[in-house]
Amino acid sequence: MQRIVIAALSGGLFGAGLLVSGMTDTTKVQGWLDVFGAWDPTLAFVLGGAILPMLLAWHLTTKRATSLVGAPFPAKPDPRLGHNLVIGSVLFGAGWGLVGLCPGPAIASLSWGGTGGITFILAMIAGMILAQPIRLQIDRLAAA
Amino acid sequence: MIQADWIWGLVGGLMIGMGAAVFLLGNGRIMGASGIIGGLVDRSGLGNWAERVAFLAALVVVPALMLPLFSVEVSTNITTNLAIVVAGGLLVGIGTRLANGCTSGHGVCGISRFSLRGIVATVFYLLAGGLTMVLFRHVLGVI
Repeated sequence: MQRIVIAALSGGLFGAGLLVSGMTDTTKVQGWLDVFGAWDPTLAFVLGGAILPMLLAWHLTTKRATSLVGAPFPAKPDPRLGHNLVIGSVLFGAGWGLVGLCPGPAIASLSWGGTGGITFILAMIAGMILAQPIRLQIDRLAAA
Repeated sequence: MIQADWIWGLVGGLMIGMGAAVFLLGNGRIMGASGIIGGLVDRSGLGNWAERVAFLAALVVVPALMLPLFSVEVSTNITTNLAIVVAGGLLVGIGTRLANGCTSGHGVCGISRFSLRGIVATVFYLLAGGLTMVLFRHVLGVI
């Protein structure tokens, strides 16, 4: 139960922050990516603001043995990069630029995003299903 | 950029970071939107489905409840070109699962722990997003 309450608190803060920061507005996200157009620096303040509490949070994980619910903290990040990290990030960035939505804001704006927002979410879910066979195919080509 | 936008960006960003900090210090988990959704979609995260559903439900409901606080109409201003919407959604879904993360997981949670993977992913999705704007807005003029 405790885990569920904490998850809801986290999701609520995330959603509130995405709305307040303007990141559910696709024109602001595309404005940030449009370096050669009417560039909008807002996203840099959002990312910078979000990293600050997390710097403290990661520091606190070194002072405690477990999280509040007694779960272990995430393992050290894998130093290996791998082709899927780069290929996936490039594909993600292209889709992010095309529409101006990433997964968090797409879900957060569900209640007012209209049919366009719902269509984006359904296509994203389809993409997540397609990612499994695509990953196998890429790994097969990389091994060849 | 309208004058106060960067202040709201910073305030909202701090709230996003606090959400991520609550998930990390509370449940010992990384707050990555694509991973939380993707684990339900491909069933790899069904072991803790309830916490994923609770996170996503609050992610939808809390901003919905805040809408009346805004004096101006809140809009996503999403393109009406459905082909672009579908293509973008597919790319975001495929890409975030291949890369194991998106703006929240690699960007917010990864960079703040100086993860090389998070930093490299962020550099590549920012570059790809910028190039997409150049090609599709300034060259082709379709977005």
